[in-house]
Amino acid sequence: MSSHASPVHHSEAPKGWLRHYIFSLDHKIIGTQYILLGLSAVTIGVILSVIMRIHLAWPNAHIWGFANGVVSPEDYLRVITMHGTLMVFFVLTTVPQSGFGNYFLPIQIGAPDMAFPTLNMMSFWLTFVSMLVLLSSAFVPGGSPISGWTAYAPLSAVGVVAGPGQGLGQTLWVVSIALFCGASLMSAINFLGTTIDLRTKGLSLMRMPLTVWGWFITACLALLAFGVLLAACILLLLDRLAMTSFFIPGGEMVSGVLLKHAGGSPLLWQHLFWFFGHPEVYIAILPAMGIISHVLSTFSRKPVFGYKAMVYSLSAIGFLSFMVWGHHMFISGMNPYSALTFSILTLVIGVPSAIKTFNWLGTLWGARIQFTAAMLFAIGFVSLFVTGGLSGIFLAQPALDLYLHDTYYVIGHFHLIMGVAAIFAMFAATYYWFPKMFGHMMNETLGKIHFWMTFVGVYCIFMPMHYLGYAGDPRRYASTDAVHYLARLQPVYVFISVAAFVTAAAQLFFYFNFFWSIKHGKLAERNPWRATTLEWQVSTPVPHDNFGGHYPTVYRGPYEYSVPGAAEDFIPQDVAPEQVAKA
Amino acid sequence: MPHTSTTEELEIIEAGGGGKPPSFAGGGDDGSPSGRSGIPQRVYVTGIAIGMAAILMFFMAFASAFIVRKGVGSDWQAFPMPRILWLNTLILLASSLTIVRARHFFTRGDREGFRHWWMVTTILGFLFLAGQVIAWRQMVISGFYLATNASGSFFYVLTAAHGLHLLGGIVALLYVGRGKLRRLTFATATEITSVYWHFMDGLWVFLFLLLLLGR
Repeated sequence: MSSHASPVHHSEAPKGWLRHYIFSLDHKIIGTQYILLGLSAVTIGVILSVIMRIHLAWPNAHIWGFANGVVSPEDYLRVITMHGTLMVFFVLTTVPQSGFGNYFLPIQIGAPDMAFPTLNMMSFWLTFVSMLVLLSSAFVPGGSPISGWTAYAPLSAVGVVAGPGQGLGQTLWVVSIALFCGASLMSAINFLGTTIDLRTKGLSLMRMPLTVWGWFITACLALLAFGVLLAACILLLLDRLAMTSFFIPGGEMVSGVLLKHAGGSPLLWQHLFWFFGHPEVYIAILPAMGIISHVLSTFSRKPVFGYKAMVYSLSAIGFLSFMVWGHHMFISGMNPYSALTFSILTLVIGVPSAIKTFNWLGTLWGARIQFTAAMLFAIGFVSLFVTGGLSGIFLAQPALDLYLHDTYYVIGHFHLIMGVAAIFAMFAATYYWFPKMFGHMMNETLGKIHFWMTFVGVYCIFMPMHYLGYAGDPRRYASTDAVHYLARLQPVYVFISVAAFVTAAAQLFFYFNFFWSIKHGKLAERNPWRATTLEWQVSTPVPHDNFGGHYPTVYRGPYEYSVPGAAEDFIPQDVAPEQVAKA
Repeated sequence: MPHTSTTEELEIIEAGGGGKPPSFAGGGDDGSPSGRSGIPQRVYVTGIAIGMAAILMFFMAFASAFIVRKGVGSDWQAFPMPRILWLNTLILLASSLTIVRARHFFTRGDREGFRHWWMVTTILGFLFLAGQVIAWRQMVISGFYLATNASGSFFYVLTAAHGLHLLGGIVALLYVGRGKLRRLTFATATEITSVYWHFMDGLWVFLFLLLLLGR
């Protein structure tokens, strides 16, 4: 490996167990901590969705852990709230960005660590506390809140009078999200500072791997969006605890009680929330896009088709994401001209999204594809992105959205494009980077079984939901028994539930493969995928300061696969032009 | 250069000469002194700039909520602007001048002058905070508690949020004034503290005008 002359300060890892594994300043440990946190959150989230599916398919089924084994309507709302909050914040926001980003961003740009390691550690532990606060809401009187992950006011603002869980449970929810905002802001500062200032010699912006671009743009979004949610949470807390009237209108009668608040605006909460909330869905998906580009290129043995177009489209999506929040509020009674503006801006996002999709297909076109588990999940992502994206074009039309809003159509749409697609990217990233992280390979056969069951499973779960939506089935209803025209949909409910159980069970292949391979997987070479970027050029396990004090110099772009005239079908970024072996 | 004392560093800067402020000092590729191996000092300047963008968004959310809430609520009552805020604004503007003065002496290598004006800035910061507490008392006297009316609620929220951020600036002033630094060079520390201080000053002028004209 080449290195430029700089004074070598080889830094040693701290010795104590506590400093090494718990309060570590090493970005690799912190990244792993984030991934394990996300794994716990996703496990709880999936269990909650299994509970929901049991209850929806067989409303009278007894479920352990609920009073008398019966899931009451309030319990059902508690479950959806916790499912949504855990999945959106502690899985989708946390793992692709803070988890894999923390681990691989510094290595891919040739840096010894993140720019602010102490801040990095604090971000993780604040996220951890935030999750504990959220989970603790299940164990306080009244239980977890029932207001969903969007916590619409006034339901979320008026307190315990609005139902069980709207007392202390909702307060804990708001505190948890406020803490999460703080952690995400600190993390974003770290990602941006690191990418701007710590790139190694020769690593110009247009030589950065697309993963780094994904994390960079995502950090920009997080930086600008989470501050707004934090402000909204503070106002909501004041409404709840200090009797202010930011979001609660006057003359509000809840459960027979006339509230003393006056003049507030529930729509103000929606605006503030969605000004954060729309960028948030891109915070979940942009790192995924970077990871997918990276994996597709490696296993296609081809450069990413249209690298620059990928960078510009990523930036365009990030930029536009701040101008479309109103499309979540078409039915709020907004001025039709505003709705039209939000609609057109939303449809415009289709253009950079299509550029990305066609470039992924262009990368695959004519390639000698290696169908590894990571590659299968990457191709699966492209499929899900197209399916989920097309239904988004329907929802972006105000006239259609008036009908489809708050139906299962929306559930199907955002689970495919935001939930499952991002999860597929996490799986692709895990299968791809596992050898570098743990020094062992994951089992490919188990990985492929995992992929096919999951891929077919998620389509069986979420495609029928679009039809439920067309049939007018509203989301968040604990039971549709009493609604005549929906009762006939019950067989679809049963089908979705069975598909959900099979898909959830298929994840056991992943858990087993993951934990078993950490110790017993085949020993990994330094660069098992014959990939070009810097993380594959350092030894495994990666040294404490990543490069042993010798920082690499970058001579070329990130995806030089199958370069004509070269002996190997890949040229690592740190190989100087004169060192390239000729065929 | 994490462990050298203030004096030594000031001397080094003096020897370097030139009237230019030691901006972006210790930048990375030239192998100049940095706190940790491979981490150039300029990341701290970048970091504070990025942090200020986040803080700006935080306050813009409050400001837009203020404007929207006033527009849609039928119950809005203007509160009487506490008169001490005019004095407070002057104090904070003055503190921006004194911190410029302190940095000027720092560049010249005049340790005493730097210490003096840095301390004056810190004291002005404390004075401002004390003034804000008096402003809250004046609000209470005119009958506006936190939940009396949304206009007053926003007054308390905006001033408290700004006050907390300014308190962070005061902590930085005290920390740098104490003269023992880790990771940061003295030049970087004074630079980012003063950039942040000016930002807090500008932000206050914005909030003051918003409250004055929008209440």
